Amino acid sequence: MHYFLTEEQQMIQDLAAQIAKEKIRPQRAELDATEEFPWDIMKVLAQSDLFGLYIPEAYGGMSGGVFENCLAVEKLAEGCIAIATTFAASGLGAYPILLFGSEEQKQTYLRPIAAGKRLAAFGVTESGAGSDVSGIQTTAVKDGDHYILNGTKQWITSGGEAEIYSVLAITDRSKGPRGASFFIVEKGDPGFTFGKKEKKMGLRASATRELVFQDCRIPKSRLIAREGMGFIIAMKTFDKSRPGIGALGVGLSQGALDIAVEYARKRIQFGKSIINHQAIAHKLANMATKTEAARALVYSVARYMDSDPGDVSKLAAMAKMFPGDVAMEVATEAVQVLGGYGYMQDYPVEKMMRDAKILQIYEGTNEIQRNIIGQELSKEYGRLKETFF
Amino acid sequence: MHIVACIKQVPDAKNVRIDPNTNTLVRQGVESIVNPFDLFAVEAALRIKDETGAKVTVITMGPPQAEQALRETIERGVDESILLSDRAFAGSDTWATSTTLAAAIRKLGDVDLIICGKQAIDGDTAQVGPELATLLDIPYATFVKEIGLMGESHFRVTRQTDEGTEVWKLPMPCLITVLKEVGEPRLPSLRHKMRAKKAEVPVWGIGQLGLDAEKVGLSGSYTQVVRVFSPPRRTDRVLIEGLPEVQAEQLFNYLKEAKVPGL
Ligand SMILES: Cc1cc2nc3c(=O)[nH]c(=O)nc-3n(C[C@H](O)[C@H](O)[C@H](O)COP(=O)(O)OP(=O)(O)OC[C@H]3O[C@@H](n4cnc5c(N)ncnc54)[C@H](O)[C@@H]3O)c2cc1C
Repeated sequence: MHYFLTEEQQMIQDLAAQIAKEKIRPQRAELDATEEFPWDIMKVLAQSDLFGLYIPEAYGGMSGGVFENCLAVEKLAEGCIAIATTFAASGLGAYPILLFGSEEQKQTYLRPIAAGKRLAAFGVTESGAGSDVSGIQTTAVKDGDHYILNGTKQWITSGGEAEIYSVLAITDRSKGPRGASFFIVEKGDPGFTFGKKEKKMGLRASATRELVFQDCRIPKSRLIAREGMGFIIAMKTFDKSRPGIGALGVGLSQGALDIAVEYARKRIQFGKSIINHQAIAHKLANMATKTEAARALVYSVARYMDSDPGDVSKLAAMAKMFPGDVAMEVATEAVQVLGGYGYMQDYPVEKMMRDAKILQIYEGTNEIQRNIIGQELSKEYGRLKETFF
Repeated sequence: MHIVACIKQVPDAKNVRIDPNTNTLVRQGVESIVNPFDLFAVEAALRIKDETGAKVTVITMGPPQAEQALRETIERGVDESILLSDRAFAGSDTWATSTTLAAAIRKLGDVDLIICGKQAIDGDTAQVGPELATLLDIPYATFVKEIGLMGESHFRVTRQTDEGTEVWKLPMPCLITVLKEVGEPRLPSLRHKMRAKKAEVPVWGIGQLGLDAEKVGLSGSYTQVVRVFSPPRRTDRVLIEGLPEVQAEQLFNYLKEAKVPGL
């Protein structure tokens, strides 16, 4: 379908698609098996300028927005969402700096991120604080010109590989939700180490590790915005990043659909291609329709977001949740279309099904997205004075 | 430093057919690509540029649509490109092609290194590089798999030969033809893609090159293609198809029927 992309947006799509086809597809199965971090592909992406899509030119980027980034993420995800997640997670780590950082912080950190020379990561989750971010225990205590961090972040994407970390820590417990703040921590800072790499169901080429802070001393200039802004920064960052997770879902769905349709046309049972068995054709029809619906949702939310509207939490949640659910369904159905072959690791849909599950969990589970949408609906309709009966 | 890479647009070999009636290549509907070996020439040039800041110019002789091949190299980071195109160039053999390329390089003037791919996948002659160096009267090395700077005015190149490898020192200006070992061609970048879209690609014909029409194209060619044909197909082939397991079974049955000992 034609989404009226500009010439530049088409170039972004073409370039990301070329990288997916030539570099990601041939390597995805092996990277999944070895769980090796995809540095080679990150270097290709760095050289492609795609890491800077959403970053202003003044900081070495391409001055695009959420939409341009989604276009690239989607195409990379058609190849492999573990690699596309590694790419997108750098953006997640960069957004707190981009949205709330000082001019100096932007110059220092966004330039290498835009150039893909350094990866960024986002550290919020802890063992006791997943969906409920307010439960975090990591603390940052001011000590003269420094802050001292103590605590452990869990399941941080690109942990140990990234060099720039946006980390949420409590600066004043007595202030409740207004007592958390974001800091920039660099790999190599004293007292900052990493836990072991997690073994995962899917997303295996993406590294997931603990960030361990033991009297980690960082200059006070690493505070993002002001003390107490932590939760606001986290929420605004999620608004920008969630359509990107949706784009991962769209890409994964498209990749699974492509394989399922091609296979269904070639596989013959009972004397005809299985696509000519209506049960399979209907499955493929549902998969294709939902994939397109997810894409249309992600594109329109991302475009709307780039027009700088007010509160977009509800739309961001929709653009994260729906494509994630679609991807899980489409990948599962793709395995069904391929039958026993789909269950074998020799065929890519087996990995896609394992990978898809993460889309319903990270960056806020899909239950949490529904909570957000529900709360926003209640607020919206509460403001209306009219009745629809 | 100024490096010139010579490239050729060729039909995508995966899709080429020969018309059995006319014995000519069927080019209609066949996509054109940059000769794969020439992408290594461009990559070799870009790697020297990465290191030294050299300027890289890419030239090709071909029909107007060969401009697309040049733009593809700009997408990968080449600075400038020139299309050598003129009706008079049609039907060139390798000698006439080299004559035309040599004229363009003379016109460019300040060239320190010329890089060609080891051969083109359509003609497979591997002649243009050596002929071009001969016409320009500069030293050359073929089948180069490694190149680096050696002091201010020399290159150190490693050649792959049937017997082994040779390391040569070549003075500037010189010409090399390269193998795929020089490095995997990089992909385009978004900035270069945007630049390529807008880039001016000058077209030089015999006028601009100061060439005599007799010396180029068909009339400047010493060789002519009399006939192109595919070798007759053997019809006693058995094609096994399907999933690997099915293929294995078919092969097993075939060998068994053929009474291959041991089965
Ligand atoms: C591979 C991977 C990568 C990750 N990368 C990062 C990263 O880079 N940075 C980072 O900070 N975090 C990261 N995370 C953490 C991720 O964001 C959390 O796992 C997620 O937010 C859910 O938290 P939890 O796992 O603790 O689940 P819990 O919060 O314990 O939830 C368990 C279940 O209860 C449900 N639930 C919880 N509360 C509610 C509620 N109020 N209403 C309805 N249902 C509810 C959830 O939806 C879920 O189904 C990553 C996680 C994984 C698995």
